[in-house]
Amino acid sequence: MAKTYDSGVKDYRETYWMPDYTPKDTDILACFKITPQAGVPREEIAAAVAAESSTGTWTTVWTDLLTDLDYYKGRAYHIEDVPGDDTCFYAFIAYPIDLFEEGSVVNIMTSLVGNVFGFKALRALRLEDIRFPIAYVMTCNGPPQGIQLERDILNKYGRPMLGCTIKPKLGLSAKNYGRACYEGLRGGLDFTKDDENVNSRPFMRWRARFDFVMEAIHKAEAETGERKGHYLNVTAPTADEMMKRAEYAKEIGAPIIMHDYITGGWAANTQLAQWCQDNGLLLHIHRAMHAVLDRDPHHGIHFRVLTKILRLSGGDHLHSGTVVGKLEGDREATLGWIDLMRDSYIKEDRSRGIFFDQDWGAMPGVFPVASGGIHVWHMPALVNIFGDDSVLQFGGGTLGHPWGNAAGAAANRVAVEACVQARNEGRELEKEAKDILTTAAKHSPELGAAMETWKEIKFEFDTVDKLDVAHK
Amino acid sequence: MSDVQDYASSLSDTSSRKFETFSYLPEMTAEQIRKQVEYLVKKGFNPAVEHTEPENASSNFWYMWKLPLFGETDVDVILAEVEACHKAHPKNHLRLIGYDNYAQSQGANMVLYRGKTV
Repeated sequence: MAKTYDSGVKDYRETYWMPDYTPKDTDILACFKITPQAGVPREEIAAAVAAESSTGTWTTVWTDLLTDLDYYKGRAYHIEDVPGDDTCFYAFIAYPIDLFEEGSVVNIMTSLVGNVFGFKALRALRLEDIRFPIAYVMTCNGPPQGIQLERDILNKYGRPMLGCTIKPKLGLSAKNYGRACYEGLRGGLDFTKDDENVNSRPFMRWRARFDFVMEAIHKAEAETGERKGHYLNVTAPTADEMMKRAEYAKEIGAPIIMHDYITGGWAANTQLAQWCQDNGLLLHIHRAMHAVLDRDPHHGIHFRVLTKILRLSGGDHLHSGTVVGKLEGDREATLGWIDLMRDSYIKEDRSRGIFFDQDWGAMPGVFPVASGGIHVWHMPALVNIFGDDSVLQFGGGTLGHPWGNAAGAAANRVAVEACVQARNEGRELEKEAKDILTTAAKHSPELGAAMETWKEIKFEFDTVDKLDVAHK
Repeated sequence: MSDVQDYASSLSDTSSRKFETFSYLPEMTAEQIRKQVEYLVKKGFNPAVEHTEPENASSNFWYMWKLPLFGETDVDVILAEVEACHKAHPKNHLRLIGYDNYAQSQGANMVLYRGKTV
């Protein structure tokens, strides 16, 4: 029996609230934290979010009857209290996989964080998590090389890798910049890095930077006998320009390039990641602008969602926060999104802020990158938190060494190796940190000087975006 | 400036060459090596011994000593193979690998003997 057309405005919940619905294995699931305007019932606003992020609009339209709306619609199937916060609640919404273009994080996000975020009946809305079904994951290209292949390409095993962001961020000439890279690499770093806003300026055009940095890599490799890289930032005003810089990086033999995936855009990032896979380059991903989206506990997009988006779009490294450094990052939540970067199957775990089981199937993993206000004293905690499959990145913590970056690099390298050695011997890194580092410094004056320089520096501020447990 | 220490490293000084994990620490004692082998066993890695002439160290593929010691958990047996390989190729670099077959990677890799570096 066909339905008849009945124009006018219906409550969203009549169509989009389905508490008895059992999500299918192929559904894309989303968890939103909804802060409604006063007086709006939870079921109605949850249904409104489901409607506005899928098939619905504010009024009934006759063309609804030309489609199988009951199949295509998003369904709000569950609501739940937010622990310790009565102003908001979690709504769980299931979307049939047909609603999303294959291999397009652009399309996913256009739907899920599109118009709905401006909806007047909401005071605030936050996308907390997405479950990507394996059927969708398999349509995405993912990381260009992945953790395992990167280790093989670079010959780095059994320890975290070490990097350094070159400072000052802006103003150095290309040759002086290359000098700073060379010093860090010869001192024992695996990587140096362009900062996020190092693109191309009159004082240092991208091409000159690429040339001088490659010489730094080649000489440091010959000197140390180890493999080295520098993240050449190809983020550019247009995707064409980005590809031009990437092609040149390949031409001069650079092992790794870099992109800012949020400001550069997800379409550009996916394009670049696929190109990197085809051309054998590693891809380091920076996350400028993420805190605009993910720091407010009530509004925006949680970083665990941005993490999943990047793994699908493609990147071999992604900045994850450090827990211990100068930038925001709750420990348990950080451990949660680190798992989402590296593991192939992650179980729901509310204590780490993970709302859904996530199966990545065969999709390679991404190295988390810990960067921002860290120095040798943090090394034991960093090795403990991040484990071997990570890149620990010391900018000021290398360049700020009183004897220069080669010594700063050596200090960090000695410290990380001493921590790995101690961990393997069964020692407790964070408890025995001082003893482990002090003993290592006996054979490394560079480490001793670094420990003296940074002994008093701590970043002890409370985290703004905490997990939703026991706030009160 | 007199307090600043020079970082001694150069192309011409072959002692500047490094050997990846643990090569920035002092050479391990027998007791320290044993503890690393115990770790490798505890993690369930498959031990393997490889060696190379120093001039070919940059190759991915060093010579395998026999086959990886699949399933070997006796630390003394593993150390004995390290010694046997070193005795047979005393001028070569020698490394001990822990193959992690689940990660399809190497969970451990350390150079235990160095030939004359080039």
